[in-house]
Amino acid sequence: MDFLRTFIYLLKRNRLALACFAVIAAMAIVAVFAPAISPYDPNEPNLKNKLSGPSGEHWLGTDQLGRDVLRRIIWGARVSLKVGIVAVGIAFVLGTGIGMFGAYLGKWSDEISMRGVDIMLSFPMILLSILIIAFFGSSLLNVMLAIGISLAPRFARLARGLTLSVKELEYIEAARAMGAGWLRICIRHIFPNILTPLMVTATLYISTAILIESSLSYMGLGVQPPDPTWGSIINEGRQVIRIMPWISIFAGLAITITILALNILGDALRDILDPNLRRQI
Amino acid sequence: MRPPPGLAYRVADAGNPGSGPVAKYLTRRLILIIPTLLGILTVVFAVIHLAPGSPAEILLGDYASPEAVAVLEAQLGLNTPVWQQYALYVWKVMQGDFGRSFATNRDVLTEVVKHIPYTLELAGAAVLISILIGIPAGAIAAVKGGGIDRVSMILALLLASMPLFWLGILLMLLFSIELGWFPLIGGGDPYSWSAIRYLVLPAIALSGTPTAFLARMTRSSMLEIVRKDFIRVAYAKGLKKRVIIFKHVLKNAMVPILTVIGLNMGQLLGGGVVIEIVFARPGLGKLLVDSIFARDYMQVQGTVVVIACLFVLINLAVDMAYSFFDPRIRYR
Repeated sequence: MDFLRTFIYLLKRNRLALACFAVIAAMAIVAVFAPAISPYDPNEPNLKNKLSGPSGEHWLGTDQLGRDVLRRIIWGARVSLKVGIVAVGIAFVLGTGIGMFGAYLGKWSDEISMRGVDIMLSFPMILLSILIIAFFGSSLLNVMLAIGISLAPRFARLARGLTLSVKELEYIEAARAMGAGWLRICIRHIFPNILTPLMVTATLYISTAILIESSLSYMGLGVQPPDPTWGSIINEGRQVIRIMPWISIFAGLAITITILALNILGDALRDILDPNLRRQI
Repeated sequence: MRPPPGLAYRVADAGNPGSGPVAKYLTRRLILIIPTLLGILTVVFAVIHLAPGSPAEILLGDYASPEAVAVLEAQLGLNTPVWQQYALYVWKVMQGDFGRSFATNRDVLTEVVKHIPYTLELAGAAVLISILIGIPAGAIAAVKGGGIDRVSMILALLLASMPLFWLGILLMLLFSIELGWFPLIGGGDPYSWSAIRYLVLPAIALSGTPTAFLARMTRSSMLEIVRKDFIRVAYAKGLKKRVIIFKHVLKNAMVPILTVIGLNMGQLLGGGVVIEIVFARPGLGKLLVDSIFARDYMQVQGTVVVIACLFVLINLAVDMAYSFFDPRIRYR
């Protein structure tokens, strides 16, 4: 696959990108194997031991209910990374579908889909997520859907532009001449050829999705307590910030490190793809 | 040689903002805003009607009596076909009638208007800070290069990777709790000078991401302009470096920079929501989230529509500002 080849090429060539990839891979492993790494329930309160500072037993201390902060951050990685990936997946499928089919079919379908996209883009991204969650309720699935729908118009715009440039090429004409239908042409011929830039954009938007999720959780609109997410841990730490500032600080560091790694990786991927940008950004 | 007639007409017009094509452009932009605003109403209407349960039950919250639901259903015309409900909704909103708040029984729009100054002040201050820090930082990075360039770009990347609400908490921890320089939470009186003390920390926190983007954009667009032929000509003419950088490079780099400022202005309304929660600042964002928790959906609906309309209006203003800075845009 083209994207995979580009990605491996990047990791071989760029040590910083390799380091970032290692950070993200480590986060993903921690998230997937959280039940094995930290087998205790992250929501189990232990009031005898509440608000204790970092120690040998509790590396990052405990919160106001005596729950281990490190354990909660590890379990929080599960939610944050899952939301990041699934929400972008939803946005990718929805947005690419709308943009690609609209652009290929042209005329009315293009016009209608793009006006729809324009309207969605006339909401600040987080506002659209908040609106959806306000009326549909805040569950993990709704958070992922809300973020996915808010991000979808950005993919639609990109997919449309890419499709418009690809659809005039000769091999598409050849496919059409051989009698292929529009659905087959879109999926078998156009989609593989616009996939790489879309994947790069997806990498960049995973960090956006994680940031929106953490903002929603911080405001209490995301995944509901007691289940830990990075945003809700920061919120809980905020309530005891005068005596226990590290709860919020460590959870925020987890987000910042993840986003930083994703951003550097995404930028490096984009640089390979678009050499004109390489010197500038 | 005489230029072709069309070109002469355009060149003559470019310097005169009151002339035909510009007025036409502005009118077209203003007219185009109507479908966008209608679109916003459509999305909000669709979300409310797609949500599980009857819109009247949702809008009135969990503890509504069946009589209250029946009254609201009649008011919203829920017994009529959907297109009639939609038309009624749009008609009411156009008259500024968003209903009454379920929690406070106040007029929704009046309540929203009361909170607007806090949000606009916050967004405006954040844009100002990001311009004052981002553009010089990017310009210095581009001009000096080397270590300064690298350090400032790493800082920008770090800033862009932080959740803004976390940055807000860190600032609060340092400057309000440890040093006691600024009030911890609240918004003060938005029409008095004392409001500035309440504004500083939230504005700095909110300016984080835009400052980072602006610094990167300024740097990259300046590096691009530096390579252009007319800069080489300016050097060849013997102009001083300072003149070249300020008068030629920075001025020409302004269009992409303005784009970034414009994009950020609107997004700040969204980012401001969570910053207002961190600092308990009584703006639109806090009103929105408080109303969600109070299950005051009339207020939620009205606040969302107003924020989205403000977003559209700001983007429109930014577009118009472009056409002022870059006359080429008017003719597209």
